[in-house]
Amino acid sequence: MKEENIEELERQFQEKIDNDIKIEPRDWMPDNYRKTLIRQISQHAHSEVVGMLPEGNWITRAPNLRRKAVLLAKVQDEAGHGLYLYSATETLGADREDTIDDLHDGTAKYSSIFNYPTLTWADMGAIGWLVDGAAIMNQVPLCRCSYGPYARAMVRICKEESFHQRQGFEIMTTLANGTPEQKAMAQDALNRFWWPALMMFGPNDADSPHTAQSMKWKIKRHTNDELRQQFVDVTVPQAELIGLTVPDPDLKWNEETGHYDFGPINWDEFWAVVNGNGPCNKERIDARRKAKEDGEWVREAANAYAAKKRTKKAS
Amino acid sequence: MNHLFEYVLRLGDDSLILGHRLSEWCGHGPVLEEDIAMTNIALDLVGQANSLLEYAANVEGKGKTADDLAFLRIDKEYRNLILVEQPNVDFGHTMMRQFLFDAYRKILFEKLLESGDEQIAAIAAKSLKETKYHLKHSSEWVIRLGDGTEESHRRIQNALDTLWRYTEELFYSDEVDESLRASGVLPDLSSLKQEWTNYVHAVLNEATLEIKEETWYFQNGRQGYHSEHLGYILAELQFMQRAYPGMEW
Amino acid sequence: MSNKEWPLWEVFIRSKQGLNHKHAGSLRAADEIMAIENARDVYTRRSEGVSIWVVESKNIFASNPDEADSLFEPADSKIYRHPTFYEVPDGIEHM
Repeated sequence: MKEENIEELERQFQEKIDNDIKIEPRDWMPDNYRKTLIRQISQHAHSEVVGMLPEGNWITRAPNLRRKAVLLAKVQDEAGHGLYLYSATETLGADREDTIDDLHDGTAKYSSIFNYPTLTWADMGAIGWLVDGAAIMNQVPLCRCSYGPYARAMVRICKEESFHQRQGFEIMTTLANGTPEQKAMAQDALNRFWWPALMMFGPNDADSPHTAQSMKWKIKRHTNDELRQQFVDVTVPQAELIGLTVPDPDLKWNEETGHYDFGPINWDEFWAVVNGNGPCNKERIDARRKAKEDGEWVREAANAYAAKKRTKKAS
Repeated sequence: MNHLFEYVLRLGDDSLILGHRLSEWCGHGPVLEEDIAMTNIALDLVGQANSLLEYAANVEGKGKTADDLAFLRIDKEYRNLILVEQPNVDFGHTMMRQFLFDAYRKILFEKLLESGDEQIAAIAAKSLKETKYHLKHSSEWVIRLGDGTEESHRRIQNALDTLWRYTEELFYSDEVDESLRASGVLPDLSSLKQEWTNYVHAVLNEATLEIKEETWYFQNGRQGYHSEHLGYILAELQFMQRAYPGMEW
Repeated sequence: MSNKEWPLWEVFIRSKQGLNHKHAGSLRAADEIMAIENARDVYTRRSEGVSIWVVESKNIFASNPDEADSLFEPADSKIYRHPTFYEVPDGIEHM
């Protein structure tokens, strides 16, 4: 295609975005828009699926039948959300299994929070409350994302996730109001998950080179730092309400800005975990790879049987 | 012995332990869609366990809850079938275990609709709807794997060979069943085995699988004599309640 | 597609009697029976449906977005197809 044609197409494309007209799968789109979306949506899908593991770790040890059912349903939702998101990447021409292979060979990233271990039952509370809380803050604006299939998947996901954070906070509240042992368990979980939760919003805006373009394309609606601040502002009073202490000595309310000031994030830790050196990166990827490899004969058998049946029907 | 309590416990423990086994798959299924499907079945079973154990606790009348029964008995007090505590091994074993059990459970629940005990009839009615779907799902997989590839045939045949020996116990009956039959709580269950055999044989036949009959001297889960696997299941299941006794969660 | 992976299906759900089936999303399945069951487990976990259609994605033919102008814009000028095009004298009801 001639260069001026592309420029014209790009102009028309941006005009649609500026007028809040959604982009649909078969519409023309710049290559980079497609690539950025595939990267972002598949990372999001991987995060849902890898995210099943730290919580799945406690399903067989849940302390009562109600908690067991809730946790099962929640982890199952995450599988569903991964699936909706992989479907959205498939509309962009990215085959689901290829995308998953990128996860397994380490080329694709996922949310670094899931590389932390879940050591006690309170971690189920902390994950629901903090991790899902942070995820919701990221996700609600994505319901208005410019790419139709992603926006529609996010609407469904946000609707379903509304119980996830609540169940986590309910676990934390119960522990915080429980015996001293339980309260200590809750505080310990908050201590371990607080900073990784803040890291979930990604690098500071100054170190986030894609943000400007993504905001122009309305793939992203708020910057990392805006969302992080919003999360801190909302979550700190919740911790206070149930009598837990946020593990940040620099945390204090700033009358002037109307926001909480908080201490520096350990970005060395963040990058170490993102680059594969977190406490559980290897376990998580190994578990997902094993699931795929162990399932290969099953998927193959189902295809073989379906083919036999089709032949029978045809004859 | 409180026969009604004993019987409801047997039903409830089957759901509890099989639900536990199935939930071990969550996050590790052969494909996302099937991960979700197995979790749905696990959720149905945990729900059944809850209703049944709650009823058992009522019948027992000692002020216990479903959770007390689920989490705070010792191994010998669990009444589940040995079949349902068998390990997942692979997807083929899991589906075969599910299939052999679902076929039994569906026919049993159909009969329990006629139970003279209102509560049992009501639980059977709700659970039957779920179980019909479980059986459809597991039967289809047994056929697909049996008549799929060479490898899948070998694996599912192997699962059948391993698990078949535990099926005799499905039809175990003792004075608990007899007295409940006499008092009208249980309907006539004498055709259960034949109906199960007819269905199971038809599916296995379609799946091109062969039954290797054997006379196995089985332990008796219904009386609390289990395989070595149950102890490990309980170690996980009861971990929180044992490590932190008497707390609310 | 390798023989290890399943084909893609599009799922349509009727949320209650009296409404159309509406596109809910897609999934992978080896055959139509499995596609229906997977759709049930994936897309109706919260009682979202009373009926499911599935169709293999490769069997869907779509209009070309580049032709949207010629396909759909000509209808815009036919305003006489809409009741608001017509003037009705004051005082006339039920029309």
